[in-house]
Amino acid sequence: MLGMSLLVWLALTQSLEAQEVLVGTGACLALSLVLSTHYIRLGLPPLTIKRAVFFAVYLVVLLWEIMKANLDVAYRVVHPRMPINPGVVVIRTALTSDIAKMILANSITLTPGTFTLDVIGDKLLIHWINVKVEEIDAATELIGERFEKYLRVIFQ
Amino acid sequence: MTLVGTIVTAIGTMFLFLGSLGVFRFPDVYNRLQAGTKCTTLGAFLTIIGVGLMEPSWFAKCLLIACFILLTNPISSHALGRASRKSGVPLWEGSVLDKSEEFESYGKTEG
Repeated sequence: MLGMSLLVWLALTQSLEAQEVLVGTGACLALSLVLSTHYIRLGLPPLTIKRAVFFAVYLVVLLWEIMKANLDVAYRVVHPRMPINPGVVVIRTALTSDIAKMILANSITLTPGTFTLDVIGDKLLIHWINVKVEEIDAATELIGERFEKYLRVIFQ
Repeated sequence: MTLVGTIVTAIGTMFLFLGSLGVFRFPDVYNRLQAGTKCTTLGAFLTIIGVGLMEPSWFAKCLLIACFILLTNPISSHALGRASRKSGVPLWEGSVLDKSEEFESYGKTEG
């Protein structure tokens, strides 16, 4: 956490002068001492090379899906008959930690045509703009699986 | 570099425009949230990155702001969608199915 906040400080000030770096280090140290209990409760797993590689691949997949999502929305908006077929479906997730579920919900919100309405236990409530399947398992396969396979490796 | 930044900013602006057009054209609150979230996230992301490319000394700051938007924008719209579903805002009548009534905290309050 100290490293992360120090990185943010360096990006914000954009200077390597001794005074500024010293002040930043002090502030980051105080902040991480105050907030470290919250940080531990988040339950982030220890960093390994395999996790870092999978996270990088996951970021690339996420950015690609965001691009597709925007082109999809643009197509639906400018199409004269507006081909939407909305509905609310439920999917199941195998992720257990809260932060993994949060990342999965955010990714689903940013992918083409899906929008997370709520997370209840191990089920996610999804508003889908173009419903193709209605059963819980098939919808899980179609919506969640492309991110979940990376997140499962990262967080377990 | 300035040219690349200009093009990236132009694409971002186009997505922002399409998103606001979608807010006008879609029928109910959930579809509008979909259009709003996706287009404003990528639109703002590309616009800010484009500004950073045009002015390379700002790039680190711009990247920071863009990551912040990428993290927080879906959460805010998720909160909006969840709150409107819980307070009983109905779906569009063309919607094909609504599984949220399986859960007890949904579908009971009439808006």
